[in-house]
Amino acid sequence: MTLAADNPAEELSDLPPSSTEFLATVAARELAGRRRIFAGVGLPTLAVDLAKRTTNPNVELVYESGVVGAHPEAMAEGIADSVLVSGAEAMLGMDALFGYVLQGGNVDVGFLGAAQVDRVGNINTSFIGDWHQPTVRLPGSGGACDIIASAHEIFVVLRRHDPGALPEQVDFVTSPSPVRARAQEGFHQPPGAGVTTVITPLGILRRPDRFGELELAAIHPGVTVEQVRDNTGWDLRVREDLVLTPRPRVEDVRLLREEIDTVRLYLR
Amino acid sequence: MNASKVTTLPEAIGTHVHDGATVALEGFGHLIPFAAAHEIIRQGRRNLTVCRMTPDLLTDQLLAAECVGKLVASFFASGSAGSLYEIRRRVEQHDPEPLEVEEYSHYGMYCRYEAGAKRLPFYPLLSYVGSDLPELNPRIRAVESPYGEGKVYVVPPLNPDVTVIHAQRADESGNVQMWGITGAQQQAAYAASRVIVTVEEVVAPEVIRADPNRTLIPAHAVDAIVPVPGGAHPSYAQGCYDRDSAFYREWTPISKDKEAVRAWIKEWIHGTVDHADYLDRIGAERWAGLQVADAPSGEVSYGRRKS
Repeated sequence: MTLAADNPAEELSDLPPSSTEFLATVAARELAGRRRIFAGVGLPTLAVDLAKRTTNPNVELVYESGVVGAHPEAMAEGIADSVLVSGAEAMLGMDALFGYVLQGGNVDVGFLGAAQVDRVGNINTSFIGDWHQPTVRLPGSGGACDIIASAHEIFVVLRRHDPGALPEQVDFVTSPSPVRARAQEGFHQPPGAGVTTVITPLGILRRPDRFGELELAAIHPGVTVEQVRDNTGWDLRVREDLVLTPRPRVEDVRLLREEIDTVRLYLR
Repeated sequence: MNASKVTTLPEAIGTHVHDGATVALEGFGHLIPFAAAHEIIRQGRRNLTVCRMTPDLLTDQLLAAECVGKLVASFFASGSAGSLYEIRRRVEQHDPEPLEVEEYSHYGMYCRYEAGAKRLPFYPLLSYVGSDLPELNPRIRAVESPYGEGKVYVVPPLNPDVTVIHAQRADESGNVQMWGITGAQQQAAYAASRVIVTVEEVVAPEVIRADPNRTLIPAHAVDAIVPVPGGAHPSYAQGCYDRDSAFYREWTPISKDKEAVRAWIKEWIHGTVDHADYLDRIGAERWAGLQVADAPSGEVSYGRRKS
């Protein structure tokens, strides 16, 4: 850690990769260079806020509630929080937000949470178990099924990395991969590339080919490739250019705790 | 000057919301018509088809009060506050009985109101290709584009018997102004046969006409205007009061316990005569904590012809 001695701002945190701070920092780095982000609630809220303060000051935040170009003075407790409205660059109706901004092709990244993501990037946020009497009734689509159709790409953050969260096939396809959309013959194909990036407590999976499968692209400090493969529901391919995820900076953790989520709503 | 549509909440609900009706209660995380929903509970309506993009804990309350026969929605949780356990008990354990659900994505649900408002037979969208949602909900169907670009999914119109919404203000003839997040309220209002609007404030027609761009729903689409200050609590009204986030967090343990939800409804809805009484019990201190600082919009000039 010679850097740390030279530049305190670059000092690195030793928080575990399973911590919310770690995941949010990884996600914020992934957002660097992306222009217009359609952000969901929870961990995506932390990540976009951190990205705006560190990796991507010019990011434009779009929310399904109609907010475009949010400049919140406090952390939003949900996508319909009044702090997203006060000082926003635009408030649009749902026709304009979902119809023109999203379906019109103006969103670079849709940033979603999920209960399950499978091998080809299908997302389940609807049911665990049998649809007709599920073990768990999850929140459902919300905007997710619309976002995956039209956002240029989708990032997903998972709080767990195990075969239940990353199965070979999800229990229910709420938001489909282009792989599954293409299999529905005769349909006008939506333009989105689908899930390109999945951030988990063990590493980062990527799906660079629109019709390909998720591959292990990065492992977090202290995690082994075997551990990731053993905890994934399919025979996970490992990229030759696999990298080790850099640790968060102490400054990233401080921003998250002391300036962003001061009430510890999402940080636990 | 048009006739006044100002009435009371018991009168508006009693006149327009009948057992078995299809009722849209809209407001996307903002301006949620809680006071009106509570009055529906007080009047003991049964077998309603409730339409709401985001059911919110309002739907948990209507379900526990046995007002709902069917739910048409596109999200089944409560934003940051997590699960709605009354819905989950009905769906997962069929306790006390199964719940009929018709499920869409947000844009699909919005397009249903849009088709309803425009009296179109269906509305197309790019969503659902490859999703299991059309199999779960056979009302989501596909049509072949007559212009040769393949099939697209469509949703059917949604035409509620009654749409109930909350807004910041209206005049007595029923011109409704709202700002902040305006969700699907305009579409849901035009799609419905009857429209009830509760408002923070009834203002003079001059106030409305000084800023006509802010009128989302003109008087011709409105049947009843009901002044109900604080009528969106525990959700919020932009510029009037903030969301009672603590209330949302407190709902989770209540919602988890079937008996606790029923006790809450007995005490806070059946045990109060109206919304003013409910707010009294919420207490002045709690209400003071929801007050917001002033942040007025900049003024624009509409101009007028010089005579």
